[in-house]
Amino acid sequence: MHLTNIKLVADGGTSAPAALRAARTPGSHDANLAASQAPAVPGPFPFSAIVGQDEMKLALLAASVDPSIGGVLVIGDRGTGKSTGVRALAALLPRMRVVAGCPYRCAPDKVAGLCPACQGGAARAPRSALLPVPVVDLPLGATEDRVAGALDLERALAEGVKAFEPGLLARANRGFLYIDEVNLLEDHLVDLLLDVAASGENIVERDGISVRHPARFVLVGSGNPEEGELRPQLLDRFGLAVEVRTPTDIAARVAVVRRRDDYDRDPAAFCARWESQEAAVRKQIETARRRLPAVVTPDAVLEQAAGLCLKLGTDGLRGELTLVRAARAVASLDGDKRVTDRHLQRVAAIALRHRLRRDPLDETGSTPRIARALAETFGA
Amino acid sequence: MAAAGSERAGTVPQDGVRRGGAAHADGGALAWSDAVAAAAIFAVDPHALGGIRLRGAAGALRDAWMAHLRELLGPAVPLRRVPASVDEARLLGGIDLAATLRSGRPVAEAGLLAQADGGVLLLPMAERLRPVAAALMASVLDDGALRVERDGFGRVTPVRLAVIACDEGIAPDEAPPALLLDRLALCLDLDGVHDRAAALAEVLAPPATAAQVQAARARRAGVAAAPALHEALCGACAALGIASLRVPLLALRVARAAAALDGATETGPEHAALAARLVIAPRARHGPVAPPDDGPGDAVDDAVDDAVDNAARAVPDDASAEALPEGSRSAAAPEAAPGPAAEAPDAPDAQDDGRGAANALAEVVLDAARAALPADLLGQLSGGAARRSTGTTAGRTGVQQRATRRGRPVGVRRGELRDGARLHVLETLRSAAPWQGLRNGTAALAGRRRLQVRREDFRIVRFRQRTQTTVIFVVDASGSAALHRLAEAKGAVELFLADCYVRRDQVALIAFRGCAAEVLLPPTRSLARARRCLAAVPGGGGTPIAAGLRAAAVLADGVRRRGDIPLLVLLTDGKANVALDGSGGRQQAGADALAMARVLRAGAIRALLVDCSPRPQADAQLLAQQLGGRYLALPQADAARVAGAVRTARSELV
Repeated sequence: MHLTNIKLVADGGTSAPAALRAARTPGSHDANLAASQAPAVPGPFPFSAIVGQDEMKLALLAASVDPSIGGVLVIGDRGTGKSTGVRALAALLPRMRVVAGCPYRCAPDKVAGLCPACQGGAARAPRSALLPVPVVDLPLGATEDRVAGALDLERALAEGVKAFEPGLLARANRGFLYIDEVNLLEDHLVDLLLDVAASGENIVERDGISVRHPARFVLVGSGNPEEGELRPQLLDRFGLAVEVRTPTDIAARVAVVRRRDDYDRDPAAFCARWESQEAAVRKQIETARRRLPAVVTPDAVLEQAAGLCLKLGTDGLRGELTLVRAARAVASLDGDKRVTDRHLQRVAAIALRHRLRRDPLDETGSTPRIARALAETFGA
Repeated sequence: MAAAGSERAGTVPQDGVRRGGAAHADGGALAWSDAVAAAAIFAVDPHALGGIRLRGAAGALRDAWMAHLRELLGPAVPLRRVPASVDEARLLGGIDLAATLRSGRPVAEAGLLAQADGGVLLLPMAERLRPVAAALMASVLDDGALRVERDGFGRVTPVRLAVIACDEGIAPDEAPPALLLDRLALCLDLDGVHDRAAALAEVLAPPATAAQVQAARARRAGVAAAPALHEALCGACAALGIASLRVPLLALRVARAAAALDGATETGPEHAALAARLVIAPRARHGPVAPPDDGPGDAVDDAVDDAVDNAARAVPDDASAEALPEGSRSAAAPEAAPGPAAEAPDAPDAQDDGRGAANALAEVVLDAARAALPADLLGQLSGGAARRSTGTTAGRTGVQQRATRRGRPVGVRRGELRDGARLHVLETLRSAAPWQGLRNGTAALAGRRRLQVRREDFRIVRFRQRTQTTVIFVVDASGSAALHRLAEAKGAVELFLADCYVRRDQVALIAFRGCAAEVLLPPTRSLARARRCLAAVPGGGGTPIAAGLRAAAVLADGVRRRGDIPLLVLLTDGKANVALDGSGGRQQAGADALAMARVLRAGAIRALLVDCSPRPQADAQLLAQQLGGRYLALPQADAARVAGAVRTARSELV
């Protein structure tokens, strides 16, 4: 029983798998036919239409301004809009420059971190193209061969040629990898992700294939802590951790339900109504990215950050690095030229919340501890 | 014990959970008419409503309702049955072996979810649904699309589904995964509905017909929501402590569908009331709290509040059982169960006929005989028996340590196809693929090519069976030492949880005091949840050890059924003074406790008794012996030492 492929082509969101496969294996499957038959899909729920959830929005914006912050983990109860926020970000990101035709979307102006093909052709100036930033979903039930990449079975069977078929990690290079229900992720996939995220490179040694390609992505995950704890190694891999809770006042809840209902009834009109605000946020991210290298971090701020981390007893130095990077990103988003204590205070909770698990017998949660330490450090 | 409980269907089962049987004053007529109305509403817009949670045992009534629903849905929306033990490979699909071999290039096979596009999935015994399967269905319900990345295929397919979860669970921790339930709009309960009441309800309020449903489907897009409907539904959810914002959204859709069915162009108060009754009230976490702004009140508001109040009042036990869904699903004080003959202690009941001197003599003789036996003979017998009985695994689901074809697949290796090994088709094909040119030869270049697979290409799947342990702490919360013991127990639980992620173990907590036992923390691996449930625990009262052991036995039984291994840790001083039926009396209480301990030992449940009385007591030692478990004297039982002892015991378990 042959399944006809109907691939969704979301605007600005997921990279175009249909285009990639069609380019490589012309005429096979029904990719070409299906792409022309694909129904017009409405965009995801607009980012600026999300009610409240300011912490989550700040974290996602910071992560898109500076990918080296390291990813966002969104934890919270059911029905609080975790997945909505992340998918909304996909439509918001500005386009990026890539080497035309490179399956790993290498940057044309870099000399390091290129795939083997681009490295080889460095002598000639490569043609560049503008492509949307990929936000790749790691769906439940994904197998390792699809995530890391494996032998292209079709070409092997048809032509007897050993070719490498890139997996999800290759598609997510220079983009985002989104994992929904991250506590349900299989152990061996978690190991693979940790390994690749640490080294920035994906090494595939299987089926008689030996390939090494760059895989630098921002991990975004969402989950419910009641359904299981995350491994500390995986927790540490996320730069920022956001807690999402249902709004407590009725007016906010009514607004959420009303907007969601309007979106469900007529997605296209709803997106059109919010388009101007979305464009404003997109411009904000673009200018923030451009301005980021020029933001100055005074020594006093670095000392404050170090003092805060010492007081909270975070493990290792990654907490401080993330804290300072996030503060810089927020300063850039605000349009400030120098990082101040105010920016540090805004990002302290999201940068350090998940690095505090020291004493399981301590009844207080992480957020009050951070608030206390902030009050002591900054005398607020 | 579970068997004894289920024989007496209709009375209160041993674990004290009411299943709505006695709670319907009108024989269930309202519940039935609600269920029938819900079926019609669901049929109007199945995919927007997500689905139905149907509680109730399998039987004629449920089949009648299902037939009615099938008729209403019509041929456009097929109903498809899915077993609850379905795994993700079957749901997502994979490679179609026959077509691949025939055509020489990989051909995909649609999984269950893609095949059921546009229809409704029916899940019998939904409480046994695996979390991953539930998460897959939930993601399809959310996005309206199925994302598959496995076995060499990556695709996104639009899929529109609805799910009917038939919840047949009885014990408080048997429920379908909450992840899925949050996305199913309607919650119905067919428990305790009598056939006659159902027939009467149908006469008084005839159910909708298929033609009406079809007409409503055409109208559904044009229905507008009343101006104050959003506020009313959100207010009701907030008052009842429902945190998820999906619930008011789903209630809104239900109200619209109900209005479409009635032919109205705008939702009215009665539609809002119906939505509140079907969607919001069953999920209430506590009784209605008066809203802060009690103004002049909209008609819609009042109708919603009234409906919620009525529903909450009409089924008090269901609401209280729902009121603590994630936290302590407490076994309410076990009613005075009429003579649990199965658990009655063997020695003293025969003497209850008032033959004074003869009784005393018989007891003396018995004690003397016991005293004459060597001490370690008893120990040998009990220890040996325990070890022998753990060997029997026939007939038990899940606790199969030696089977190598169950469990999670963890990799692929080269191997022969024998002993029931499972072939991994894709890897086999991958290893055969590069050799096709060589094997087929030049003759095959023209004409049909067949895939040549040799023995050295075979790849079989390796499984790893889970050996998850659930550690059940049973804590004595009575008397003056209660606070100290409870604090230590809580500390030990949290310490143990801290390194549980490595072994994928779970922890549960039962406390007993007064005349009953209470499950404070159902089996969980989540530290966040444990902290929440352990926050406020009362102490003081008598010591009903037998009740605590019975609650532990029920929990351990549930753990076993899920395929995990239970380990009991009992923190007490062994001085029981409340018997199983709630009455006082040290002797009866002690005898009851010993009898329960023997039952636990017969069930081959491993146990560890931590004696936290100031000096090691003979009572506690005897109890440990009857339990067939280890005895540990820790006068200053502090959390770290208890946790260490549990860790040692657990590592010896496997």
